[in-house]
Amino acid sequence: MTSRLFGEPVQRVEDAQLVTGRGHYLDDLGHDALAAAFVRSPHAHARVLDIDVTAALDVEGLVAIYTYDDLAASPRGTVAEALPLLIPHPALHAPRTGYALAREEVNHVGEAVVMVVASDRYVAEDAAERIVVTYGVLPPVVGIEAARSAERRTHDDVPDNVAAHLLQEVGDVQAAFAGSPRTLELDLAIQRSASMPLEGKGVYARWDAEDGSMRVYSSTQTSTSVRAAVAAKLDLPLNKVDCIAPMVGGGFGVKIVHPWPEEVLVPWAARELGREVKWVEDRREHFVSSAHERGQLHTIKVGFDDDGRLLALDVRFWHDNGAYTPYGIIVPIITSTQLLGPYKPGAYRVEFWSLYTNTVIVTPYRGAGRPQGCFAMERVMDAIADALGLDRAEVRERNFITPEEMPYDHHMTFQDGRPLIYDSGDFPATLAKLRTLIGWDDTLAQVASWRAAGRRVGVGLACYVEGTGVGPYEGAHVVVETSGKVKVATGLTTQGQGHFTSFAQIAADELGVALEDVEVVTGDTRRFGYAVGTFASRAAVMSGNAIAFAARSVREKALRIAGDALEADPGDLEIVDGVVRVKGSPAASIPLATVAVLSNPLRYAFDEASKAATQFAVGDTSGPPVREDDEPGLEGTDYYSPVGATFANGMHAVVVETDPETAEIKVLRYCVVHDCGPLINPLIVEGQVHGGVAQGVGGALYERMEYDENGQLLNASFMDFLMPYASEIPHIEIDHLETRSPLNPLGIKGAGEAGVIPSAAVFASAIEDAEGFVITAMPISPSELFDLRRRHAAGEVPSLRREDRRTEEMR
Amino acid sequence: MGKRDFPTRMRQDHRVKPSPFGYAAPATVEEALAVLAQVGDDAKVLAGGQSLLPILNMRLAAPAHLVDVNRLRELAYVRAEEGGVRVGALARHVDVERSVPAYDALPLLRQALQLVAHPVIRNRGTTVGSLAHADPSGEMTAVLALTGGSVVAARRGSTRTVAAADFFLGPLESALEPGELAVSAFFPSFPARTGTTFLEVARRHGDYAVCGLAAAVTLAADGTVTAARASYISVGGTPVVIDFTELLAGSAPDESGWHAAGELARQQVEPEADIHASADYRRHLVGVLTRRALGEAAGRAA
Amino acid sequence: MPATVSGMTAVHDTTTGEPLHDVRLRVNDVWQEARVPARRLLSDFLRHDLRLTGTHVGCEHGVCGACTVLLDGAPVRSCLLLAVTVSGQSVTTVEGLGSPEAMHPVQQAFRECHGLQCGFCTPGFLTTAAAYLAQHPSPTEAEAREAISGNLCRCTGYQNIVRSVLRAAEIARERTPSASDR
Repeated sequence: MTSRLFGEPVQRVEDAQLVTGRGHYLDDLGHDALAAAFVRSPHAHARVLDIDVTAALDVEGLVAIYTYDDLAASPRGTVAEALPLLIPHPALHAPRTGYALAREEVNHVGEAVVMVVASDRYVAEDAAERIVVTYGVLPPVVGIEAARSAERRTHDDVPDNVAAHLLQEVGDVQAAFAGSPRTLELDLAIQRSASMPLEGKGVYARWDAEDGSMRVYSSTQTSTSVRAAVAAKLDLPLNKVDCIAPMVGGGFGVKIVHPWPEEVLVPWAARELGREVKWVEDRREHFVSSAHERGQLHTIKVGFDDDGRLLALDVRFWHDNGAYTPYGIIVPIITSTQLLGPYKPGAYRVEFWSLYTNTVIVTPYRGAGRPQGCFAMERVMDAIADALGLDRAEVRERNFITPEEMPYDHHMTFQDGRPLIYDSGDFPATLAKLRTLIGWDDTLAQVASWRAAGRRVGVGLACYVEGTGVGPYEGAHVVVETSGKVKVATGLTTQGQGHFTSFAQIAADELGVALEDVEVVTGDTRRFGYAVGTFASRAAVMSGNAIAFAARSVREKALRIAGDALEADPGDLEIVDGVVRVKGSPAASIPLATVAVLSNPLRYAFDEASKAATQFAVGDTSGPPVREDDEPGLEGTDYYSPVGATFANGMHAVVVETDPETAEIKVLRYCVVHDCGPLINPLIVEGQVHGGVAQGVGGALYERMEYDENGQLLNASFMDFLMPYASEIPHIEIDHLETRSPLNPLGIKGAGEAGVIPSAAVFASAIEDAEGFVITAMPISPSELFDLRRRHAAGEVPSLRREDRRTEEMR
Repeated sequence: MGKRDFPTRMRQDHRVKPSPFGYAAPATVEEALAVLAQVGDDAKVLAGGQSLLPILNMRLAAPAHLVDVNRLRELAYVRAEEGGVRVGALARHVDVERSVPAYDALPLLRQALQLVAHPVIRNRGTTVGSLAHADPSGEMTAVLALTGGSVVAARRGSTRTVAAADFFLGPLESALEPGELAVSAFFPSFPARTGTTFLEVARRHGDYAVCGLAAAVTLAADGTVTAARASYISVGGTPVVIDFTELLAGSAPDESGWHAAGELARQQVEPEADIHASADYRRHLVGVLTRRALGEAAGRAA
Repeated sequence: MPATVSGMTAVHDTTTGEPLHDVRLRVNDVWQEARVPARRLLSDFLRHDLRLTGTHVGCEHGVCGACTVLLDGAPVRSCLLLAVTVSGQSVTTVEGLGSPEAMHPVQQAFRECHGLQCGFCTPGFLTTAAAYLAQHPSPTEAEAREAISGNLCRCTGYQNIVRSVLRAAEIARERTPSASDR
């Protein structure tokens, strides 16, 4: 048998192109296309009173200027209607979505008001700059407190600013609190950050007036859905629209949202003008007109016993959804369910309010509500440990769901509308591995001795569970060409996760061919039309299994055809290195390429090899050339659709040192144990973990969206939005656990988001440990830590109880 | 449309391509001064462009004319001269940083330059350009101020020398006038037995400092302090120079002195808050960094 | 050497009427020429006028480093340079480092060490690392990290990039055995 590729750290097949400048990203296409630029609202909340384009009209090179009125006057399609509500939910009682171009009102700085099309981007910006929009400024709602107080409204017809309100309760929480010997209350806050891929969004549209077809390239995480949205908005038959995600320079969630206004407007303008049009989002636009995430306030009450076991948990939180809710309430739903992590909460009640503010929309960013939930739950665990004077790892372990309790039903509804049931995981084993990796007891002892020597060092720990691989489905098409090359197509998209390699590993294993003979295409509706998209750590699970299924059907057919040719029982055949042969007598063999030829009965030979399939070459005339239950070609299509998500888990530990004077925060060690089931390609999985952790470090210590009271984003540049450089990211130590998922044949679980989930929690835990006082808000900067120290010294911030105990011990 | 109750216009600031401008790339200083005289006050001089280009790209500035001095090879020099280091307008940061004569004459130049952004920016950015940009977070402004250096400004037919104290007028505002070109800067050396350092706290490695300072301590032959001064960035509209000589002269170079100097500095600065740091935190850093920097500088003075 | 002076340029863009300047650059060892407005950024000139799209732009304000190219061998941000300013000089882009068939050590190392994910920032890391290694052939891990600390990557967490820089140094040494190895 060919050596198995699944599990091997094979080098990525796409990299030779990418490292030599030959990858084609959105802006590498369409050099001759017209360029679009946008006039965007400088106000967080305003009426659009007048748009005066006169001064722009004499800009040479200007091709068109469009406002909402032009969309409304468009005879065809629904471009003037509000953008779709992608994920409706019964609790989302006041959904609001924006328009492709602002209609009468703008609700955040950066909302598109006017579209300019010109010969190039420079000229388009020249014209955009001359357009005078007169606004009637309205008072903006900025921040969760402002939204909650409802003294001002984001949308006139939503008086309390509440878009959604959802309550889930499992067990009798009131009774459980009554029976709890101990209780604690916590108020916790997390600020906004953003996906911030290095490549912004971008759309390039080619309208073919002669056959009435539209080809759209978009830097998207879901080309099939963009295709459907464009067809609907432009009133085109689906089969006249194609959408292709070229190489995409990172997504991290923001590119799953669709159709972005520009994804509607660029194709629409291309059709209006009969010209190719392209828009490439610039970095400043990305800050103010894409999406953010993470901003939430939480109030938690927990009841527990003297051993630290959870008895009752009551969580209320307020989620800032920004100006509109195109993506529904997925993020707070995930917080409310995934907050539970690896623990049994006792009775659990969770209630959230999703609030409108005059800020950029909020949609999933890698982790998608889990970082907030993990922060909340892990703060609770640390607080319990501190209250009882117990080891923090020990308290966690006492609350773990055990492997024997799997599958574990939380009796809640998850983000996919399905029951929240953990399919697998061995949390005690994950923790044990982490304790070994970091040397838990030794590290604690070491830290204690450093502290005794006057250094401020702390250790943090955080655990999480991540529902991955959510449905509804993905599919794949696998074909063996007569050259013997295998072409795989799946509909979801790729933003750097290495699908071209990991999917090829799966197909190569199933078909018994070499990796270099497999070519994978993703995100191209010309090749595969049915898909959902790449989000929620689902690509490997969903398309990986779909590819395995499709490849298996191809294999079965190959063995059947080869069996006929070799006059052998297909059950006695194997495929090794692209050759079908009889097990035990390799001389009786037929190349897969020849099987592919034979699979397609021919009248006409197109090359030497194909002669074997022509009508006078084929011997058997007893039946029809293509049997009734068969199809020509050595190919197969299949789908994978799971009953529910598969749950990965992980645990992180960090050692930090804070400067006693400057309050600078340095990471001394960062350890990760991660369980996403069997690794398809360890190189790729570890890369995903590294990247997630780095984004987590950014989110915990550096990144935030700094809005002022007028709703102006003060740090909308890479100078002031502090994404970490290499100098800010620690070396990351990783170990794996591979607990199989029972839900899919490959046994795999998603890995994409894991690294980022526990960061706020683990850093809060460590900084708190180093400083001796409670940390309740993240991210934290040196300036804020300095301020906390002062407030702590003034008695405004409580000490940890273990700090009091330490002080007592020293007396 | 409705009533114009609050009509306002604000700057659109999401642009990434410069506005059009008239462009000149003179080949000699004389030619450059002639062009500058001709184009009037709506002009910008382009040297390294590492601060100017972001501003042009975002259209935060849209000068009618750009005078590109990158062909003035005669200004691409770093020279150790009598009493200090002279840096021509076209000397890139990297040239100054790597210059051995400059380091021998004034180690503070290299100490400071290593904190200026990242190496790739220093490959192109010019030292004189960063002075002309007069960013109160710019390390080299503090160096010019601490050394009591000067900038030579030329216009057609005349040249003047502007002392550091008169050169920085406010945030992003230098004493350079329309028609003038900063052709060089002079950084005087320190007396013998002077040690220097540049310390700063920045959010990320290579970022503009939240607070930073250049410090110089001169010791007498007997090891006591004869002079101690520091120049601060990011705590005022221009570099802030504080002289600790009166406080420390004659005393032994020790922690208590540095601590007292830190206290003095803390009281003298009036920093402002921004999104990265509170005013209090900056003031606190002034104290901490003063103590550390003076100690480090004194250690190098011996 | 072109000495261009404003206002006297006779050529204007036929669409926009903007004055044009002849820019002549030696790009990846080949002299290339185009007529562009003075405000054309070097990054756009390379990408759109010369269609060398390997150089990427991630912020256009000089922070992310994706657009880093080598100007006369030294790394610079091409989004912070006007093409007209560097006319007459030599530029090396990622395409000029090597090809899939003949990779530069840094290219080979990034592939071997999984030093890239989406690949968008990668060209800037490659040019930066190539220039660094040319001057510092045997960096320590800390030096390798420092060398790439002016470039942003959102995917990799930098760990494998640091590993790639170290591996590239190794590959370069393997390819040119020193006298003592003979």
